Amino acid sequence: MSLGGQWYLALSMVVFAIGALGLLVRRNVLVMFMCVELMLNAANIAFVTFARMLNDIGGQALVFFVLVVAAAEVVVGLGIVVAIFRRRRSTTADDLHMLKG
Amino acid sequence: MSALVGLVAPLLGVASTIDKITFAIAASIVIIGAIGVVMSRNPVHSALMLVMTLFGVAVLFVAQQANFLAAVQIIVYAGAIVVLFLFVIMFLGVDREENIGDEPLRFQRPLAIVLVALTAAGLLLVGVNTKWAVGAHSVAGPAANQQGGDVAALGRSVFTTYLFPFEATAALLVIAVVGAVVLARHPRAQGSDGEPAPITPPDMSDEAQARAEGEEVAP
Repeated sequence: MSLGGQWYLALSMVVFAIGALGLLVRRNVLVMFMCVELMLNAANIAFVTFARMLNDIGGQALVFFVLVVAAAEVVVGLGIVVAIFRRRRSTTADDLHMLKG
Repeated sequence: MSALVGLVAPLLGVASTIDKITFAIAASIVIIGAIGVVMSRNPVHSALMLVMTLFGVAVLFVAQQANFLAAVQIIVYAGAIVVLFLFVIMFLGVDREENIGDEPLRFQRPLAIVLVALTAAGLLLVGVNTKWAVGAHSVAGPAANQQGGDVAALGRSVFTTYLFPFEATAALLVIAVVGAVVLARHPRAQGSDGEPAPITPPDMSDEAQARAEGEEVAP
């Protein structure tokens, strides 16, 4: 017997909220990226939980695709961070105000 | 009938003590790690806290019979993504403490906390109080008690039902690799005439570097 799915879903929502909060309050672009990873992981917990609750492997297959998308997103995102750092010497989101009139 | 009972019983909170203890430990690791990611001043500490969270999530995957995903979680996330984060942090040399106390935008932080608390409360109300439909006909094949375990079931599903998305991820990965190379390459590593670029000193200011690259600098 396994623990009820509600516990896992509640944990997933708490982790998602912590990740969203970090994304909103932190200024370092790298830490903001890590908070996005937290939110993706929260979604993964929910997917696996639903896969178990509904006895459908589709939830786990979706986690598989989320992992691929997360890897691609991190690669491109960090490439952008490196490119910006070359020009601005900073990874703080507030310093990126070139478009400000 | 007994199969139905077996399916519904886990949802009614009939769980063994060992499952509860496992969940409690893994959930505390996940939440402490998540809070550590947000609260750490040093980006390196944030990355290490992220590893802790990812290991906790892998334990939760194992507890839900997703063994393959737990292994992939460790290999891909903790092994590749976090190492990439650490590599970039140290490559850029931003691994120093930052002051997270000062707040350029007034009201932004309290407003963020209130909004996130409201969202989390709404999600918790919906997610925990809803009676989720269980025992429906599975679309992509059942997950539990399959021959070959969850690895075989997942493989069958990915290579039959989700074959087209699987092929699309191959294209996505190629695009990501090419994009990362284009973005991270030095802008003039290879000029239009094929000559190697002169090496610019690393301590050049923004303005000087932009001028050296022949671009206009705003006064």
